[in-house]
Amino acid sequence: MVDTSVNLCGITLQNPVIPASGTFGFGLEMAEFYDLNVLGAIAIKGTTVAPRLGNPSPRIAECTQGLLNSIGLQNPGAEQVVKEEIPNLRMHFRQPIIGNICGFSVDDYRECCRIVAPNVDLVELNISCPNVHNGGMAFGTTERGAAEVVTAVRDVCDRPLFVKLSPNVTDIVSIAKTCENAGADGLTLINTLLGMRIDIRRRVPVLAQKMGGFSGPAVFPVALRMVYQVHKVCSLPIIGCGGVQSAEDVIEMMMAGATAVQVGSENLRNPYACPDIIKHLPERMKQLKINNLNQIIGIIE
Amino acid sequence: MELIVTRNQRLAEQIFVMELSGDVGTLPPGSFVELAIPGFYLRRPFSVSRSENGSVTIIYKIVGKGTEAMSHFPVGCSVDVLCGLGNGFDVTKARKKALLIGGGVGTAPLYQLSILLKEQKIETVACLGFNTLSEIFLQKELEENCKEVRITTLDGTYGEKGFVTTQLTDIEYDYFYACGPLPMLKAVCELLPTQGQLSLEARMGCGYGVCMGCTIPTQLGPKRVCKEGPVFEKEELIW
Repeated sequence: MVDTSVNLCGITLQNPVIPASGTFGFGLEMAEFYDLNVLGAIAIKGTTVAPRLGNPSPRIAECTQGLLNSIGLQNPGAEQVVKEEIPNLRMHFRQPIIGNICGFSVDDYRECCRIVAPNVDLVELNISCPNVHNGGMAFGTTERGAAEVVTAVRDVCDRPLFVKLSPNVTDIVSIAKTCENAGADGLTLINTLLGMRIDIRRRVPVLAQKMGGFSGPAVFPVALRMVYQVHKVCSLPIIGCGGVQSAEDVIEMMMAGATAVQVGSENLRNPYACPDIIKHLPERMKQLKINNLNQIIGIIE
Repeated sequence: MELIVTRNQRLAEQIFVMELSGDVGTLPPGSFVELAIPGFYLRRPFSVSRSENGSVTIIYKIVGKGTEAMSHFPVGCSVDVLCGLGNGFDVTKARKKALLIGGGVGTAPLYQLSILLKEQKIETVACLGFNTLSEIFLQKELEENCKEVRITTLDGTYGEKGFVTTQLTDIEYDYFYACGPLPMLKAVCELLPTQGQLSLEARMGCGYGVCMGCTIPTQLGPKRVCKEGPVFEKEELIW
């Protein structure tokens, strides 16, 4: 028997496969497809203090090997998430839940974390959403912004605090180190890449917001590279995220330095993406002579 | 699930019908299926036009490269399909007389609906709007189930010239069901005083409620076209 379990800041996951925030709702819809308890954990939909309808439509654009989204953090607000969504998910799901926190000011992040953190097992601080103005990614693209948010949230967060970083930066390593110094317990790498498509017949951008976040298999090498670079210089555990669609991708991401892996876009085209990966993972481990996944984390020099 | 293409042929200008066989159960009228198309990242949603035990029929319009590729699927090939998505029309809403309104390819789901209404002995009139004569489809099939089928074309090449809304006013009915482009649905809502259900089209990411790509504001708060819809009550919609 191979061992697929991994440990994130003292929390044991039965396997490293986690549906990424924004690609899994609050989990209940997916419970109609399969038993969620096969998952390592679930990262729930990005949550803000106040309810949000999100951006105007269209807010999805297909691309080669991926898609753009400009949802804009649609969510029912932190109080509702804590009162309804998380308890409903807990009725179907006994594994760890990762809350994804977003805001438009440092105070927003702090307030949202104060409400959500006690109700989840890990917190993921989303300072990398490219689809909202005056917030989200604005904090994640400078060392100063990242440090401010992490510092502000740290003392209201009694759960392991992961920071989800943006790839839309010149040097992700320096931002990662800033987060580490500000007291983060881990990092999620990466959020979506800012992208754009144009409808050449109508001569307008496909997305109503013009630009959106690019994700899908096409971004896998970028995500992998960033996980690798950050793991080299940062001692925090990393959740690798970006274009993962197979058990092989999970293993590759872990070899680059990830302790766990999030699956995002693939959930949107194959509702069974995560259980499929989880089913194939032990087979691939056996073939590759990996007895325990912890043996391969960051083995690439 | 994997379904087998048993029919894939042209019905009208840019309009194709595809029959897929497999263990699909009975799918509600107005619900939709999603097909995976090799070489394209996201699935494509299509409303169910006809559902029998062991097969589902969709009618699709070629609007881009994905649907173009679908039109070349050979009979006998296997397709990855998600079935039973969305809510569907509620056939119990019509009491005695129903009005069906279809615009272009939006006529597709009205076929299954017309069959079920006929089974319930509901007298039905269908009003269909197309751009032009060469794009008309399902006329004969609907005539089998409806008391009357009225057709308008924008260019006047068949039936009355104009929008489908030009011929709705003198029909006796107690409930309407509509599917078509958003401007048509808006015009229908503004014109008709009665209650009704409308099936919306939307650009979807997933099709099963997890990406929030197709959310619309409604009188009852944000709703996902793919999950709480695609069929909405007239009073819910905000135009």
